[in-house]
Amino acid sequence: MMTGAAVMIRCLEAEGIRVLFGYPGAAICPFYDELPGSGLHHVLVRTEQNAAHAASGYARISGQVGVCVSTSGPGATNLLTGIASAYMDSIPLVIITGQVRSDLLGRDVFQEADITGAAEPFTKHSYIVHSAGDLPRIFREAFHIAGTGRPGPVLIDVPIDMQQRSIADFDEAKYHRPVDIIGYKPRTQGHPLQIRKALEALSTAKRPVLCAGGGVFSSKAQDALRAFVEQLQLPTVSTMMGIGALPSDHPLYLGMLGSHGCASANKAVRDADLILLAGARAGDRAMAAPGQLATRARIIHIDIDPAEIGKNLPVYVPIVGDLGTVLRQLCEGAHCQAPADWVHTVTDRRARHDSKPIPPAEGFVEPKTFLRELSLAMRPDGILCADVGQNQIWAANHVCVRQGRFLTSGGMGTMGYSIPCAIGAKSARPDLQVCAVCGDGSFQMSMMELATACAEGLGIKIAVLCNGHLGMVREMQDHLYGGRRSATSLTGDPDFVALAGAYGIRARRARSQQEALDALGEMWADDAPYLLACDIAPDYPSL
Amino acid sequence: MKYTLSVLVENQSGVLSKVSGLFSRRGFNIDSLAVGVTEDPTVSRMTIVVDGDAYLVEQVEKQLNKVIPVIKVKKLAQGEYVARMLSLIKVAVAPGARGEIMRISEVMGARIVDVTRTSMTMEFADTAERTETFETLLRPFGIREIVRTGTIAIEKGADATRKTN
Repeated sequence: MMTGAAVMIRCLEAEGIRVLFGYPGAAICPFYDELPGSGLHHVLVRTEQNAAHAASGYARISGQVGVCVSTSGPGATNLLTGIASAYMDSIPLVIITGQVRSDLLGRDVFQEADITGAAEPFTKHSYIVHSAGDLPRIFREAFHIAGTGRPGPVLIDVPIDMQQRSIADFDEAKYHRPVDIIGYKPRTQGHPLQIRKALEALSTAKRPVLCAGGGVFSSKAQDALRAFVEQLQLPTVSTMMGIGALPSDHPLYLGMLGSHGCASANKAVRDADLILLAGARAGDRAMAAPGQLATRARIIHIDIDPAEIGKNLPVYVPIVGDLGTVLRQLCEGAHCQAPADWVHTVTDRRARHDSKPIPPAEGFVEPKTFLRELSLAMRPDGILCADVGQNQIWAANHVCVRQGRFLTSGGMGTMGYSIPCAIGAKSARPDLQVCAVCGDGSFQMSMMELATACAEGLGIKIAVLCNGHLGMVREMQDHLYGGRRSATSLTGDPDFVALAGAYGIRARRARSQQEALDALGEMWADDAPYLLACDIAPDYPSL
Repeated sequence: MKYTLSVLVENQSGVLSKVSGLFSRRGFNIDSLAVGVTEDPTVSRMTIVVDGDAYLVEQVEKQLNKVIPVIKVKKLAQGEYVARMLSLIKVAVAPGARGEIMRISEVMGARIVDVTRTSMTMEFADTAERTETFETLLRPFGIREIVRTGTIAIEKGADATRKTN
């Protein structure tokens, strides 16, 4: 016999989990009591929301399901923004929350919150454990659901008495028996008929464009995508979530599309007569008027989630399946290439480049060139985590992602994501270089995690782009609200270099382009945490 | 346009809230929803009537299919199914009106389930349209209370909607 808590640990070990992120509390104490001596490394974050973000960064880099843990009540509700962010970006997470004793559920006892109810809109599925004997089945199902099909967060709420109860010893062989959930059988292969229809459409298209989304990474289909677009010579744009799906310096890559994207990508999509959406959901930021687009171009939509197809725009060929599998199916049957004059037109427009950096004003860093240089100073497989705000738009349009990754909160746009995400990414792959890019606003939403990075000895690098304002909102107020500025000045910003110093983190402030570029050498000289605070002109625009 | 969906779900706690939450979250209008266990005690059936266009009903079907405990969603084809709702209707009985109410109930096929000196209660199980008609006929007498279930529906013919087909 062993306790439910011990079985929970064994389930996580059986899933191959090495690192989990969390914050303890009374209702999850039995679980924490079993942690020491297990094969699991627990990272203590400084607020629960960041446990979910760190697990998200971990999942995106490890390719595994990320795990985070909290106690009941406020611990659980603090996770919600992190869960919702993962849900919007289809990141696989298993979230474990402690809960009050099962016989007290519904009595509003100390630190009780209906977390499965509260998280319902943001989870792929959720469980409350009513019988400790169900723990192995529930864990197995949760990991299966989180990591397959369209990935997403799955919540397991475990009342404290379920963790304490004695149940049968963990049976690993039994645990690994295939999961059978009657209502959950994700399709992986594309339907042959639709594949044929897509190939026909591709072979007659005069101006085809591929749009790569976050699904490329969910499906681990970077190689398949590259082989496909090179074979067909398909000009390729990406959504925010798809940045890096094709290397930024690839000759067929045209940049990010959408309201905050670049002209070469948007013009290519506007002029196209065929758009192949590859693991992209045509969200409003990427395509403001998808209905209009569909009147000019035939849409082929590949997605593992049937509900995404036809949701935002009418589709000519729907293909439900795993993106990598479908792209390989298409590669096998394709004998055509995009017309050379079209490819030349769009790639030439890209080469002549859309957004010219505005020369830096005296005493400031020019963010676009700086971020490009920052990314080029990293090893080609480095990981860049961008926060939300102007820093995200500058980074999305200007960093060069080669063999590495670009991680950001795309769907939810959650400020404060970059630092915990970087912590999670670096925990997954300590051998890779990881850099968080944030503004002075978003930095202050997660700056407590500097302690986590220090405690874990994680050499994450942080570039804080300081313009003393919530720049993106201020820009909106300038353009859409008659220049009336309201609550967008970050008066009271601390001295970021001194703050980093308080944690024992080496830091520097750059007041000019040259100082910023010079600091890059220092930043990447070793594998210790480093913070670079760059002064950015307050009126420097997003685009 | 009204569509009737027959939805098989795993018979476990929380399914109803997952389904009803989905409808309110995505702005789908439920006309009625009825749940009950099927011939297999591990499976329940929800009959959901939604009001909307073809795009909306396709979205409803797809989103319902994403709910993990949902086993199967079937849109019932117009005219190919039998639908019923159950109503309990309490009517005021003025002196001399009892006979007329009984005649209407008999013609419509309603059952009288409770009678007092001043009221009568009828049980009526039929389509939404016929229920509407019955109510209209009773209204002049003074309806005190109506209790209705949601619509339930079953396909015509020998075939059955099961989790495996």
